[in-house]
Amino acid sequence: MDSPAPLALEVSASPHIAAAGVSTRNMMLDVMIGLSPVMGVAIYQHGPPAMGRMLLAAAACAFFEAAFDKARGRAHALANGSAVLTGLLLALSLPPTAPVHMLLLGALVAIGLGKSVFGGLGQNLFNPAMVGRAFVSVAFPAGVSGAAYLTDGMSGATPLTAFKVSGRPAELSDLLFGTVPGSLGEVSALACIAGGLYLIIRKSASWQIPLSMLATLLLLGTLRHAAANTPDTWSVTHDLFSGAVLFGAFFIATDPVSSPLSHKGRILFGAGVGVLTWFFRTFSGYPEGVMFAILLMNAVTPLINQFMIPKPAGAAA
Amino acid sequence: MSTTLIPPPEGKGRFSRGIHPPDNKHWSGQKRVSVLEDPEEVQVPLLQHIGAVAVLHVRPNSQIDAGGLLAEAEGMVSAPIHASIAGKVGRPSKTTLPNSRRVDAVKISRNPEAPSRGHELWSKLSASLWNPEAAVSFSSGEILDRIRAAGIVGMGGATFPTYVKLKPNPAKPVKRLLVNGCECEPYLTADARLMEEAAGAVVVGALCAARACGAYRIDVAVEDNKPEAIAALKAAAENTWVRIRKVETKYPMGGEKQMIRAVYDRVIPDGGLPLDVGVAVINVSTAAAIAMAVIHQEPLTPRIVSVTGPGIVEPRNLFTPVGSSFAHLVAACGGLKPETRRIISGGPMMGYTVPSLDVTVTKGVSGILALTETSVPQGGETACLRCGRCTDACPLNLVPARIVQSTRHRRFDLAKRNHILTCMECGCCAYACPAGIPLVQWIRAGKAEVRKAAPPKGGQ
Ligand code: SF4
Ligand code: SF4
Repeated sequence: MDSPAPLALEVSASPHIAAAGVSTRNMMLDVMIGLSPVMGVAIYQHGPPAMGRMLLAAAACAFFEAAFDKARGRAHALANGSAVLTGLLLALSLPPTAPVHMLLLGALVAIGLGKSVFGGLGQNLFNPAMVGRAFVSVAFPAGVSGAAYLTDGMSGATPLTAFKVSGRPAELSDLLFGTVPGSLGEVSALACIAGGLYLIIRKSASWQIPLSMLATLLLLGTLRHAAANTPDTWSVTHDLFSGAVLFGAFFIATDPVSSPLSHKGRILFGAGVGVLTWFFRTFSGYPEGVMFAILLMNAVTPLINQFMIPKPAGAAA
Repeated sequence: MSTTLIPPPEGKGRFSRGIHPPDNKHWSGQKRVSVLEDPEEVQVPLLQHIGAVAVLHVRPNSQIDAGGLLAEAEGMVSAPIHASIAGKVGRPSKTTLPNSRRVDAVKISRNPEAPSRGHELWSKLSASLWNPEAAVSFSSGEILDRIRAAGIVGMGGATFPTYVKLKPNPAKPVKRLLVNGCECEPYLTADARLMEEAAGAVVVGALCAARACGAYRIDVAVEDNKPEAIAALKAAAENTWVRIRKVETKYPMGGEKQMIRAVYDRVIPDGGLPLDVGVAVINVSTAAAIAMAVIHQEPLTPRIVSVTGPGIVEPRNLFTPVGSSFAHLVAACGGLKPETRRIISGGPMMGYTVPSLDVTVTKGVSGILALTETSVPQGGETACLRCGRCTDACPLNLVPARIVQSTRHRRFDLAKRNHILTCMECGCCAYACPAGIPLVQWIRAGKAEVRKAAPPKGGQ
């Protein structure tokens, strides 16, 4: 009556089942799918060179990740796709004219300083792509200045710069469809929203961060408009739809590793990014501030995690 | 004392967070309960409950009838143990419980002359003529005595002695009796079959239990993936004050905190018990056992066990004498498929893997689950992505990733600040984690360290 061949039975801790199709790799793939509308707009506008830049940055990040892992004797984390994703985000956050050396250096810094020194995947304090982006924008100021956004198809400065200089706001329809100059990934509000909603529906990005970031910008923008007594041609919608706001809100600020864990922590994080972005845009010499806003809030994340511990169910209020 | 005319708050049949794993009830859900033939021998453990080990009451080599007293309860929290088959009592021995604990046991070798009582007990239990009026002919004390004498313990897995739970405590009176028919663990179908085939016993047992503890409301919570069970219970509960409450199918609905939230919209304080909000919770199997004890004076010796999952050749729900070995049940279900990788006592979310089939069925074993290569978690572990899916899944609103991070760094003070001791080890976080981190395992280890550092002040 005993079963014939003794089976080798595993002994392991509960639970003994896991959600199907949920893995680190699939989450990275999901973000890439979410990025596809944005990548599509970039390729549509700038053709093969845009594709080349994305592939180059992705390949460079993958290469550096493998190299650093090997140097530090860590298991290869390449298969989970996070390095490729970093490369894509880096290329998408740079101007369409970014030269090869800028992409390569950005990738090296993103993976090396942004990720590997912290101990690799999951350990990094800052969003690696933004570390790389910040580095090249300081190292090659000309490479990310107004002139860098001049391409065949599009002439003129980015909407934010143009408005600062001439006071003429961009057409909203241009902002929606991305027919304005800008970084590869940031120009089309529609593409960012579509991809972002996909990520949120798939639960691959939190909804709290984009929502609170955009709501904060909306609020501050509205206040500014109320305060300005001259009729303002730059509307609140311009605030939200221009520059890296949507791209940053949906694809960069939501990077799980460098954002808080709890729901309230994420709301605070998003609000912080919003306030800082508004601050940089309003008071600094830079027309755009999303990148630095996110990096600064990344730095605050450990504090948020430490002090914003949600109350367990049933705890005294 | 002001008696309020406002009806007590009603739950909406839901709780926040938690997970929706595939329920996988199809393996054994439609298999009617069948009576397992008595095995050649049983190893009846003397500890099948939370509390003190029962004290042996019989001498080796004596003959015992099925249902005869084997061991007497010892102390305040304990339960007596009865012979599950008729036969010859062996020498005191040891056996392995599903949680790998080795405990004292008594072997009974089957007496081939004595008739098996399984069929008789099952026909009493599944009879259609349970009389809901019967409960009122007993006093609270009589019911409690019979529950105690029958050795009834929580059959949902907790195995806490039921009479201790139901004994009226003037400091914390029970107002509502909540009967757990959720069976929220995937795969398991023992409770569902019981509700469908022995609804009368569940209803009468609930009425007896409510009379014993003084509850003036009875609700049976059943997940909405068991419409047949709900229909059977509703029919059996007609003209009684037992209410059948349909709740959402969601794990861990059967957890006390979640169920009380879903049915009564009450929140148990952190570290508290259902009694703190005036609720006593019993399982449907326990309710049925109470009915058998009070009305028929039958001790708790058999129980329904689902033998199920993709690794079982022919899944079944078996009415099983306690003390049978897992091997005997699995053999009655055609054996294991060769691709079986894990055997689990209980459900896949909170059950224990057993190292072999040489393990004994106790009063708290609701299922034997055989999982294959493809049904257990796939793929390796990566670093934590801090994606927060564990937080989104945790029904107790904890931040599992932070607890585990603190535990890994041996910062048990931080683990405690992040409420590690509140965790009920339901497994939702690990189920949802894309990085495949064994969060519950870390939390268990961390709890042990936290408790070492500062002994708990009681409660969970
Ligand atoms: S679900 Fe897993 S990977 Fe995500 S935060 Fe929790 S522990 Fe980390
Ligand atoms: S096992 Fe603990 S931490 Fe994880 S979901 Fe359940 S209660 Fe929350």
